[in-house]
Amino acid sequence: MSGADAAALWLTVRLALVVTAILLALGTPLGWWLARTRSRARPFVEAVVALPLVLPPTVLGFYLLIGLGPASPIGGAWLELTGGTLTFSFTGLVLASVLYSLPFAVQPLQAAFEAVPEPLLEAAQSLRASPLDAFWSIAVPLSARGFLIAAVLSFAHTIGEFGVVLMVGGNIAGETRVVSIAIYEAVETLSYGDAHALSLILLSFSFAVLLCVALFRRRPARAV
Amino acid sequence: MPHRSLFFLLVVLGALMRPAAAAEVRVAVAGNFVPAMEALEAAFEAETGHEVTLAAGSTGKLYAQIVHGAPFDVFLAADEDRPARLEAGGMTVPGSRFTYAVGRIVLWAPDGAANEERLKAGDFRRLAVANPSLAPYGAAAMQVIGAVGVEEALAPKLVLGEDVGQAFAFVRTGNAELGFVALSQILALPEEERGGWWTPAQALYTPVRQDAALLRRGAENEAATAFLDFLRSAAGRAVLERYGYGDGAE
Repeated sequence: MSGADAAALWLTVRLALVVTAILLALGTPLGWWLARTRSRARPFVEAVVALPLVLPPTVLGFYLLIGLGPASPIGGAWLELTGGTLTFSFTGLVLASVLYSLPFAVQPLQAAFEAVPEPLLEAAQSLRASPLDAFWSIAVPLSARGFLIAAVLSFAHTIGEFGVVLMVGGNIAGETRVVSIAIYEAVETLSYGDAHALSLILLSFSFAVLLCVALFRRRPARAV
Repeated sequence: MPHRSLFFLLVVLGALMRPAAAAEVRVAVAGNFVPAMEALEAAFEAETGHEVTLAAGSTGKLYAQIVHGAPFDVFLAADEDRPARLEAGGMTVPGSRFTYAVGRIVLWAPDGAANEERLKAGDFRRLAVANPSLAPYGAAAMQVIGAVGVEEALAPKLVLGEDVGQAFAFVRTGNAELGFVALSQILALPEEERGGWWTPAQALYTPVRQDAALLRRGAENEAATAFLDFLRSAAGRAVLERYGYGDGAE
């Protein structure tokens, strides 16, 4: 494996780690709200969260190319602040990946939070625990498996991202040239050796991840 | 009347699965040539009554598909290399390969200021180029950048599209201020959106020769032969000229 391929692998892992951290931070309040709210907005928010599951990455990529571009309000403000463009940058990829993998974090968390028994939370509140306190000391430990699945799926899905990155990345080594792009380029230039090496790594990794998730889902819940 | 409904069903199925008409030519065409190809298609169909079906993609992808048995009669590539490889592999009709168009690359700036001085000044954030290891237009662009002597200065500003179509899209959407694109792409735009462009001297880069080949599947297809003849005719060359391509004699 060449140095460029190793750099692409490392960049991909870095991207996936950052995206997973952000998704857990973002997905927890969002998943909690979706699990507990009686608001009429809930189905709309659920549908928006699930959109990346259905939309072709080209649609998301196309909108991001326009929405993050220097001519857009977001891309323009970013340019004012940092002097760089959002598209073709690592930050831009993080933003794109957070959107793209959002359902993979929110949905397992929401499912886990929905399974937290309401009486337990009410009991905590009657003992004068603040809602935040009740959340941390009851809901979070009970939802540990949901957090783990959300983290693993977000990480894995970001590693496997291709179409969106192809459209807004610009294939810059060390910045936006992730593994899937490197494989694509290797295939297009008939470098099947490189393509095989990287593909095998991704294949083994993806299988290992899915196996872990399957094993975790099977294990019976521990008694509380 | 079960027989009649069965017959009806067969007729409908038959109509849906209608085999391609005898005089149909399937053309695999490189992305950059699609606007010109559509104009050629209309003129060719009007003149001969044959039918053209297009499959557009990057030259590398179309090449891989043809190698793996894709049902195309004619291949219009964006380079010389892939048709030559197909010929060497015995997948074309021997002797059918020829240069149908010579692409011209231009430095394009929608804001109007595109010239050699601006490349040297580097007063822009991003320059879009097709990936030189994938696309002949990208390789040509890198040669121009090298000839102007700004290769190192521009390296951090380069963004690579997978083909010249994506390089064009990066500039068109405002994500890059400048880009090396095909002249044909700009000429396909409405006049008021063309901005400015600089045409580097042909001596600065290896001409982007785009080769065509008659594939083995099309050997007996009269529409395929007729189309390749049309491509070389005066009428065909006039279309090429209008879309910014030179002919193979250049």
